[in-house]
Amino acid sequence: MKLTQISVFLENRKGRLYEVCSLLGKTGINIRALTIAETESFGVLRIVVDKSDLAIKTLKANNFVANLTDVVAIEVGDKPGGLAEILKVFADSDINVEYMYGFVEKFSDNALLVFRFEDTDKAAKILADKGVKVVTRREIEGL
Amino acid sequence: MDVPFWNREIETADRSRLETIQLERLRETVGWALKTPFYQKQLRQAKISSPDNIRSLADLRKIPFTTKDDLRINFPRGLLAVDMKDVVRIHSSSGTTGIPTVIYYSKEDIENWTDMLARCLFSTGAASADVFQNMMTYGMFTGGLGMHYGAEKVGMAVIPIGGGNTKRQIKTMRDFRTTVLHITPSYLLHVHTKLEEAEVKREDLVLKKAFTGAEPHSEDIRKKIERIWNIDAYNSYGLSELNGPGVAFECVYKNDMHLWEDGYIVEIIDPETGEQVRDGDSGEVVLTNLIRRATPMLRYRTRDLAYLHTDPCPCGRTHRRLSRIMGRTDDMLIINGINLFPSQIEEVVMRIPEVATNYIIQVEKRGDLDHLTVKVEIYPKLFLGDPSQLEALKGRITEELRSAIILHPTVELHEPNALPVSEGKAKRVIDLRPKE
Repeated sequence: MKLTQISVFLENRKGRLYEVCSLLGKTGINIRALTIAETESFGVLRIVVDKSDLAIKTLKANNFVANLTDVVAIEVGDKPGGLAEILKVFADSDINVEYMYGFVEKFSDNALLVFRFEDTDKAAKILADKGVKVVTRREIEGL
Repeated sequence: MDVPFWNREIETADRSRLETIQLERLRETVGWALKTPFYQKQLRQAKISSPDNIRSLADLRKIPFTTKDDLRINFPRGLLAVDMKDVVRIHSSSGTTGIPTVIYYSKEDIENWTDMLARCLFSTGAASADVFQNMMTYGMFTGGLGMHYGAEKVGMAVIPIGGGNTKRQIKTMRDFRTTVLHITPSYLLHVHTKLEEAEVKREDLVLKKAFTGAEPHSEDIRKKIERIWNIDAYNSYGLSELNGPGVAFECVYKNDMHLWEDGYIVEIIDPETGEQVRDGDSGEVVLTNLIRRATPMLRYRTRDLAYLHTDPCPCGRTHRRLSRIMGRTDDMLIINGINLFPSQIEEVVMRIPEVATNYIIQVEKRGDLDHLTVKVEIYPKLFLGDPSQLEALKGRITEELRSAIILHPTVELHEPNALPVSEGKAKRVIDLRPKE
């Protein structure tokens, strides 16, 4: 139900993002979803990858500052109002979304979105109760 | 040229007269010093137990040097020579290791210091008709209050505005018809760039002079100030260990600073050996205060590098002239007039657990002002993946630095091992300011 997101601290230096991506590429790790949270002086890269254990090990071995966070990936109807529909579920159930971003690719007619919740366990339970389709770890790995 | 004198007799006294005064006051100062625990020890080393042991000025060289560390170690009362009931003022500076230094002044000490300052200001042609805007920081720093007293003694109308708030400074110059400023050179250049924003034109102001001090600056900077402002700018030198501003000051000829030798004994030494350099050579300035009873100061090593002129000044004053300060013998930085040791920054960043062991201090010019950037590496285990956590950390480091060093730095967060580490003694300071 829950997926592992990797956050990587990026100092403000030319080519630093390239270095992360190139390292993951060489190791045979595929990025499924990504976003960058940036400030004026540094950034934090957030990624969901197919092999998260290998990814974190590789990053740390190469002196990147990285950390794991629980997130949930949800299938959302790829049509007008699709995202609103799911956000209504959260609003009605009093679940706070900290941030969200989209997948690079999709494997059905639905769009895939990564959500970080204030309370991941509570969110997961509500989603199950409401029958919302979430992406499993196995699906991410085989995507 | 019209050469005004506050005290012509003393200012033009011949060398033997000056030396007679120096010897008399040195003996008196040694007598005061012997009342302090610190100097009892120092003077015992030199086998001096009474002012009578000082027979000539050469005997001064028997006395060991006093350093800034001595002042820290003996904080707060190790150099206090009078009863607290006789102290009327305390000035203090924040220390590099968290231990500050302190200077006490008796009523007579303040009067002596003020009189020296009046002499300085008057020698530039400033007089009672002038309006004096004191743009130096007040508070524990001697630059503000010291000069305030000197300007009042001359009879100028003193505006105790203190530092900062540039627009208000400019409007004040206009509204009160300020004629004389006391200010750091970098701030004076900066203020000029804000005239338009304050909607004040140079023609609306009646400025004539500026006393620039608290930070070393070149002759080129003086010329620039004089050109863009169309004023006369006078260099000044002082430090709180030697009362404060007014130890040396330029006269109307603006050819370096007369050091008042009836108030201070100046020596120029080789900082490595401690030996006196040849006349006219540059070295570390060592000063003995002859006019302060509450905190005597014998052979204080200023860490400032300069030389003494050997030729006389056309103004007729006999007190020798000190050159511009050419550098420091320690790693102290002067940033917008504020003294900063790298260790002060180290102390703050090293007590923050999210910061790893490496850091860099970078100083550069932004416009006319100095700007300080502190680069730190983050400690990987405490990274939670959250940019707001890092923003908060940055804010915390900035705030802690600001309260420790007064300056407002830009803090940059870096990855571990991203900052250059030099071999041996880490080179942590990058000073990108143009060398004069």
